[in-house]
Amino acid sequence: MNPVNYLYLSALLFTIGATGVLIRRNAIVVFMCVELMLNACNLAFVTFSRMHGNLDGQVIAFFTMVVAAAEVVVGLAIIVSLFRSRHSASVDDASLMKL
Amino acid sequence: MENLIALLVAAPLLGAVVLLCGGRRLDAVGHWIGTLLSSASFVIGVVLFTDLLGKNAEHRTLMQHLWTWVPVEGFQADVTFRLDQLSMTFVLLITGVGSLIHLYSVGYMEHDERRRRFFGYLNLFLAAMLILVLADNYLLLYVGWEGVGLASYLLIGFWQHKPSAATAAKKAFLVNRVGDMGLSIAIMLMFTTFGTFAFGPVLSHVGDASEGKLTGIALMLLLAACGKSAQVPLQSWLGDAMEGPTPVSALIHAATMVTAGVYLIVRSGAIFNAAPDAQLVVTVVGAVTLLFGAIVGCAKDDIKKALAGSTMSQIGYMVLAAGLGPIGYVFAIMHLVTHGFFKAGLFLGAGSVMHGMNDEVDMRKYGGLRKYMPVTFITFGLGYLAIIGFPGLSGFFSKDKIIEAAFAKGGTEGWILGGAALLGAAITAFYMTRVMLMTFFGEKRWQPDENGHEPHPHESPRTMTIPMIVLAFGSVFAGGIFGIGDRFLHWLEPVTGHEEGNSPVSALTVTLATMVVLVIGVAIAWAQYGRRPVPAVAPRGSLLTRAARRDLLQDDFNHVVLVRGGEHLTRSLVYVDHTLVDGVVNGTAASMGGLSGRLRKLQNGYARSYAVSMFGGAAILVAATLLMRAV
Amino acid sequence: MSPQLAAAYSTSTGEAFQFWVLGTVAVIGALSTILMKRAVHSALSLAGTMIILAVFYLANGAYFLGVVQIVVYTGAIMMLFLFVVMLVGVTAADSLTETIKGQRWLALLCGLGFGILLVAGIGNASLSQFDGLSTANANGNVQGLAALIFTKYVFAFEITGALLITAAVGAMVLTHRERTERPKTQRELSEQRVREGKHVPPLPAPGVYARHNAVDVQGLLPDGTPSELTVSKTLRDRGQIRDVSSEALNDLRALEQRAEERLERTAIEPANLKRTEEASK
Repeated sequence: MNPVNYLYLSALLFTIGATGVLIRRNAIVVFMCVELMLNACNLAFVTFSRMHGNLDGQVIAFFTMVVAAAEVVVGLAIIVSLFRSRHSASVDDASLMKL
Repeated sequence: MENLIALLVAAPLLGAVVLLCGGRRLDAVGHWIGTLLSSASFVIGVVLFTDLLGKNAEHRTLMQHLWTWVPVEGFQADVTFRLDQLSMTFVLLITGVGSLIHLYSVGYMEHDERRRRFFGYLNLFLAAMLILVLADNYLLLYVGWEGVGLASYLLIGFWQHKPSAATAAKKAFLVNRVGDMGLSIAIMLMFTTFGTFAFGPVLSHVGDASEGKLTGIALMLLLAACGKSAQVPLQSWLGDAMEGPTPVSALIHAATMVTAGVYLIVRSGAIFNAAPDAQLVVTVVGAVTLLFGAIVGCAKDDIKKALAGSTMSQIGYMVLAAGLGPIGYVFAIMHLVTHGFFKAGLFLGAGSVMHGMNDEVDMRKYGGLRKYMPVTFITFGLGYLAIIGFPGLSGFFSKDKIIEAAFAKGGTEGWILGGAALLGAAITAFYMTRVMLMTFFGEKRWQPDENGHEPHPHESPRTMTIPMIVLAFGSVFAGGIFGIGDRFLHWLEPVTGHEEGNSPVSALTVTLATMVVLVIGVAIAWAQYGRRPVPAVAPRGSLLTRAARRDLLQDDFNHVVLVRGGEHLTRSLVYVDHTLVDGVVNGTAASMGGLSGRLRKLQNGYARSYAVSMFGGAAILVAATLLMRAV
Repeated sequence: MSPQLAAAYSTSTGEAFQFWVLGTVAVIGALSTILMKRAVHSALSLAGTMIILAVFYLANGAYFLGVVQIVVYTGAIMMLFLFVVMLVGVTAADSLTETIKGQRWLALLCGLGFGILLVAGIGNASLSQFDGLSTANANGNVQGLAALIFTKYVFAFEITGALLITAAVGAMVLTHRERTERPKTQRELSEQRVREGKHVPPLPAPGVYARHNAVDVQGLLPDGTPSELTVSKTLRDRGQIRDVSSEALNDLRALEQRAEERLERTAIEPANLKRTEEASK
């Protein structure tokens, strides 16, 4: 087996995640889909690292994880405050620029 | 001597500035300042006149160049005054009669608290009129032309507290604008044709231009003349202009301003000579107007309006004469001058009557006034005899010459025009006799007005009677002085040119015929107003009388044709505006709105929709990258 | 760990087997993440996918990342997700009906197009050989990563640290609500209720006047209608009120059914019924 298959898997996961972002209304699920996309990228980075024989890809994947962690913290905080003000976690309910 | 010309204009202009800017402190002496300055202008005019008389006929043209007004390459407008025999005649008439009327106004306007302003306007009028007749080019003439229009507007509307006066002033101004438009177009045409608008070059190069262009220029000049001289079809303002104070009617709407049209035609004689079609139109306009004015004059009970109709008619004579070409120019001006005397005298007489009758203007409420105001009666009577052409008086010489010239036109035209002029003479005799009889003869018909004041007819003060007497002298002798020995003809001929027509009838025959129609006119008037008492309330009258009382339906005509037509035009334009213009505009707006509405659907606020766009964009970017690599 | 392994053309069969089995599971997990109605199920599916990804990291020689993936992602981040899901409402099922017109079709079209393009791009790159990490991991994977992070990527590392701190502070700011006035005491609250004239007594407890005493069941008013006031505001906001109004009738009907079957009777006569009730008293 060629490690390129990991890349195909990564592309598939990324696409699934992106589609999920587009079709789901629940902000939390949307967020999960974003995480899925990030993880797909990480898989690609790790695979590239292996294919090129150096660790830079893994370092980038590591940074991605850190950034994803930061993003999750802020994003979930936003979801919580959104839920507080609108009593709903639906991204469609936040379609106006006012309450 | 040339340097005095500017002073002619400067004196009344100074008077206007001083009186209008001087304020209340000049109230006590303002009228004397005005009279003094206009008299000064007259004195200068006399000095220049004697100077001209002392020269040969060829050297009687004085020019004074003041400054270059518009110094542009290819468009040179100068402020240059030209004093020749024609201008001189007008200067003497304007300043002479003007000064007399100033003097008259001192008495007439005595009780008006805005007298100073009135004199300021009168001086302004004199200055503008002098610029008009002294200008050496059409552009400067236009300045005077507009200035005269402005002064006329101010003076007609002098009693602006009366809505009728304000309306009349506006009407006069607006109707005059039509004529002014004609003059400005004529000047533009001249500039495109000749490259200049100075009298000398234009009139001497007439031969270079095509007849079509000359006819166009001439017709536009005629339009201007119609506006200023109240000729058909722009005659409607003159009757209403009688809303102004009587001296204004005498000065502006009888003696001077309304003759500006005649001046324009005579001054532009070279152009008219080269455009026979336009000349024909001029004669037709003159003939129609002289009958029109005469008929209107027959029906009016308002003494000033009757005189206004007469003025229109007499100017019709002048225009008719001016349209005859070199045969008639001199006689047009001659009649203009004599008319200036007797019509001013008649108007001043009418003003004197009104002054004594509590400003009553209805002749049916006069009657038998000769006993109460003898001086007015005599001067008015002399004016009356002059205007109907009583042998030996002014009107006899000038009007007779015009009728002769009309016949001398030759052919069918000559017969028609001559016949019209003769008929006009008969009607003139009729309506003037009517005015005379209704005012000064018969029983007294005045009654107390609604406040119980019975008028006490009395003779007017000296300041008013003296001008009337002087003008009466003019009415009596001017014609003789001008006509006997063809003095006026020789004086004016170098400017206007002259030629004898080939009249099918002899001069004696014309004179006899004129006498006959005169007697007939007087006799009919006597039969109708002299033998029987005049009813104090106007009878219903025939259809023609009723139409004439309404100025031969001129206002109705204007209303139906111009006002209604304008309204319909406006409505159709509004319709076009609403449907076509607004349709295009609103259609554009609506299509933009519709497009925006569709585009707005993209901006629905849903984050997921935006995400789809982003994702699609990313897909396109990837596709583009792949394509670029593949190529 | 010999240095001649600079280039290889294939992985081991074991890894291939592992890839095909776990890869399938990962894709199923990803699909169920986006298709599950309930957020909790989505979160669990995602967690499964992430664990599989951790295995793949390990297989790819990224030992450090594999561990971090399990500890940080699956352990911390996914737990944070579950915690928020709990806050927002565990049992609330999302409707999967699309409300924006054409959104689903567009999303599928874009997803399909994008996926095809990505796959085509990868296929186009025609990578037939790979280097492997045996050289890079010669001194240990963690040491190798550390050498890179603290030398080549040290600024990125520092900045990422700053980002994390900022994110933490930001999350606190976002969720923290400053209390601008003193909280009202119970006495003041009761006085306020009296002043406003509504709900003068304490709010009724849920379910106690009916047959249920669960917190998500509405209590019944004396006339038999359910009152929303009896359920706590959080449950109301989540829409997690259980409707039991027809349950009693259903129970009764089922009881009658059973009784009929047992007694082999066709109908219960009203008189009998009344008598039985009195007798039971």
